[in-house]
Amino acid sequence: MTARVGVVTFPGSLDDKDAARAVRRAGGEAVPLWHGDRDLRGVDAVILPGGFSYGDYLRCGAIARFAPVMTELVPAARAGLPVLGICNGFQILCEAHLLPGALTRNSGLRFISKEVRLRIENIRTPWTSQFTAGREISAVLKSGEGAYMAGPATLSDLGARGQVVARYAGPNPNGSAADIAGICNEAGNVVGLMPHPEHAIDMLTGPSADGLGFFTSILLAAARA
Amino acid sequence: MRPQDTVRPQDTVALAAATPQRPQPHAELGLTAAEYARIREILGRRPTDAELAIYSVMWSEHCSYKSSRAHLRQFAEKAPPTEALLAGIGHNAGVVDIGQGYAVTFKIESHNHPSYVEPFQGAATGVGGIVRDILAMGARPVAVMDALRFGPADAPDTRRVLPGVVGGISFYGNCLGLPNIGGELAFDPCYAGNPLVNALCVGVMRHEDLKQAIAEGPGNKVVLFGSTTGPDGIGGASVLASASFGGAGEGAKRPSVQVGDPFMEKLLVECCLELYAAHLVVGIQDLGAAGVSCATTELAAGGGVGMRVSLDAVPLRDAALGPAEILMSESQERMMAIVEPAGVARFLEICARWDVPATVIGEVTGTGRLEMTWRGEQIVDIPPGSAADEGPVYDRSTQRPANQDALAADDPAALPRPASGPGLRAGLLALLASPDAADKAWVTEQYDSYVRGDTVLAAPQDAGLVRIDEQTGLGIALATDGNGRYALLDPYAGAQLALAEAYRNVAATGARPLAVTNCMNFGSPEDPAVMWQFAAAVRGLADACAALGVPVTGGNVSFYNQTGGAAIHPTPVVGVLGVHDDVRQRLSIGFREAGASVLLLGRSAAEFGGSLWASVAHGHLGGRPPAVDLDAEQRLAAVFAAGAAGGLLAAAHDLSDGGLAIALAECCLAGRAGCTITLPGDPFTSLFSESAARAVVAVQPSCEEAFARLCADCGVPATALGTTGGTHLTVTGGFSISLDELAAAHRGTLPAIFG
Repeated sequence: MTARVGVVTFPGSLDDKDAARAVRRAGGEAVPLWHGDRDLRGVDAVILPGGFSYGDYLRCGAIARFAPVMTELVPAARAGLPVLGICNGFQILCEAHLLPGALTRNSGLRFISKEVRLRIENIRTPWTSQFTAGREISAVLKSGEGAYMAGPATLSDLGARGQVVARYAGPNPNGSAADIAGICNEAGNVVGLMPHPEHAIDMLTGPSADGLGFFTSILLAAARA
Repeated sequence: MRPQDTVRPQDTVALAAATPQRPQPHAELGLTAAEYARIREILGRRPTDAELAIYSVMWSEHCSYKSSRAHLRQFAEKAPPTEALLAGIGHNAGVVDIGQGYAVTFKIESHNHPSYVEPFQGAATGVGGIVRDILAMGARPVAVMDALRFGPADAPDTRRVLPGVVGGISFYGNCLGLPNIGGELAFDPCYAGNPLVNALCVGVMRHEDLKQAIAEGPGNKVVLFGSTTGPDGIGGASVLASASFGGAGEGAKRPSVQVGDPFMEKLLVECCLELYAAHLVVGIQDLGAAGVSCATTELAAGGGVGMRVSLDAVPLRDAALGPAEILMSESQERMMAIVEPAGVARFLEICARWDVPATVIGEVTGTGRLEMTWRGEQIVDIPPGSAADEGPVYDRSTQRPANQDALAADDPAALPRPASGPGLRAGLLALLASPDAADKAWVTEQYDSYVRGDTVLAAPQDAGLVRIDEQTGLGIALATDGNGRYALLDPYAGAQLALAEAYRNVAATGARPLAVTNCMNFGSPEDPAVMWQFAAAVRGLADACAALGVPVTGGNVSFYNQTGGAAIHPTPVVGVLGVHDDVRQRLSIGFREAGASVLLLGRSAAEFGGSLWASVAHGHLGGRPPAVDLDAEQRLAAVFAAGAAGGLLAAAHDLSDGGLAIALAECCLAGRAGCTITLPGDPFTSLFSESAARAVVAVQPSCEEAFARLCADCGVPATALGTTGGTHLTVTGGFSISLDELAAAHRGTLPAIFG
């Protein structure tokens, strides 16, 4: 049976169609989830897509955290449901305290939209198993508040426990602490990623097809579960 | 205009009839004495304050096209016969059939004046406004572009205006989730006090989804939905965009700039598309310039019906607003729909699902009159067509500028030019680093070009290319071009060259050019010299569209781009839409592989009037612009189309500002491969001439013969230049520049100025 991956649409979500396309391209079934429904529709995994949920008002992700769908998602994630937050989704996961730290204004104070190189450092998560450790991939960074920040103790813990999923391999584009581009929770099922793998699924519309690895990984994880 | 209703009784239709002599501030609202008299004649009495507000904004230059309309008729009269046009000029935007059941609507519009006064919000709301135009046609907006022009890059005020404009476009477009796929960025001292911010949006729909701004069916409800109405942007169109800058009162224009909320616009887009899909919309109009005045008069006039509106029902964000202010407010992110009574509940339900406020404010009537009430009294009773369609039309006087002949006589042939290898090398690097030709990544990296996942080409490619159908590969290409220097030297030819370049850029991706939109940026129409430029440019564009077989589907005129007596260069900006049968076969500009033959297509002559070289090397602007050869443009486009479909080409790049020199540098930098070439004629002319109808291509190895046959069949001269490969741009017998040095020159300029 094909794995079913939910993609949540909040008011202001923008890359939800793209995330769904990436799931389909990897061979899975993309299941739309609505912010106002307290229902995960029995999916095997969930993606919180990029965008500007609630206009980024108050603080990126701060309002989305209180959406009805999150009241189902948070306990499910704590119980092991694989969740990938991309860009605004990463910000929401931090606001929901499923991931530590916060995403802050880019060091250059401007929105950045460009191809970036990433090094995959943790391949034990259900979202990264199809990569090889240390592999460099190409994806798209597009965010105004993408600089990952956390206290020294948290940063040290993240490093020590292998919770850094990906780092920027080239020049640090946005002032992220320790060049961090993505992290996971201690269990590894919840992953937040600032760059967009769903915009790197083919050479026609993206810089590479490297990003597909996140989506093939989750399909494999769902098949094994 | 603050309402007088706090200091005296509300002005009503009855009061207006009873007090014919009451003085009214028509001049302050931008209406001439003759226009005011005409309003009185139409109504048979003096207008009420609210009616005066409606006429003042609807008859403003911005909304009525009163100075340009007589000329713009040519776009329709000379339009080439085409079956591709589903809706033409006069609608919110033109609609073009691109096949497979899809239709595309696109339009470019200026937001020049607001962007100078308040760059961030001015530019942001420019994006918002054009997106709503596209949405109102029934289409899903799928991409945006921006054509921007500023004063000298290093001028202090440019450092205020440019980052604000770019930041505003970035903020609004990114938050809205529309890929920004290209456009233009140019600098010239003439734009220092009048920057040009022209925003383009393109949308896609199925044929049967086309919507019109028509109110039909007496008894149907008028629904206002989206943001609440506030005091922002009051008189933006009439006060701001229909007068020159300068003199007293400039401070008073500041509050006239609108404030945008892209989050609400995103909700409005999704909400409208769901309403369309549910077949709940009889007619629809966006609220842009002139707000409620425009939407009500145009909807009613469009359907030939009447409308009764209760202004008390309009949801306000400032309870102190009076009826005239409500009518003139340009608060953003609002739409007005005509809905059958049985569909209202479902309509409001869908709006609620998207958290979009929606209110029934009136209904369609059979009276043929637009009637409005406020606090129980009638304050508007007019024939809607008199405001929407029957505004004044002026045949403004034209006068060939006194210096036109002197300009033409000032031939750049007399300018000193480099001949040696080192001199040519330095010339190329200087042009490549000039703000006009420099890499625009500082700007374009602030725009999301990836969202929606269908962007195949974006800046710095010749044109933006968006996939429409994932199965068939059907796509659309878009480019905007304009050159104020050419247009100053010869507005007729300048407009044609703008069209030719945009047409060529679209064709260079392998797409087939189909239709045209335009934004005419000029000085004051009250200056006969400006009006002469405008008339010539419109005539030139209309003639060229006819020759190329691409109709104008809509556009926008922006007058009064002048500060005091100094007007901008006449700047017609032309957008061309093309259809790509299979975006997987697209052509792009980068030299990627080594060993491909590099060819120059087209004929080169020594043409330097208005050229980038004359401007950068000598600060010179004079002589004649390059010759226009529309037949050659068509033949070149045929070569691109067949070359792309046949897989013959590895790269293609049109030649424009800076000629072959800049084009080759851009090909090398985009694809990260060098080339070694031999110049076919006089080295200086070969490198820097700006002759039109030319391109450089890299031919796929083993396809050389087939491509040569194609060029011969199409009658396009093809000159072998050399081959791709290596780490340098090398001109045999001349000079060699490493890609690193090219990149440093190209990429350093804008970051050095703007940080």
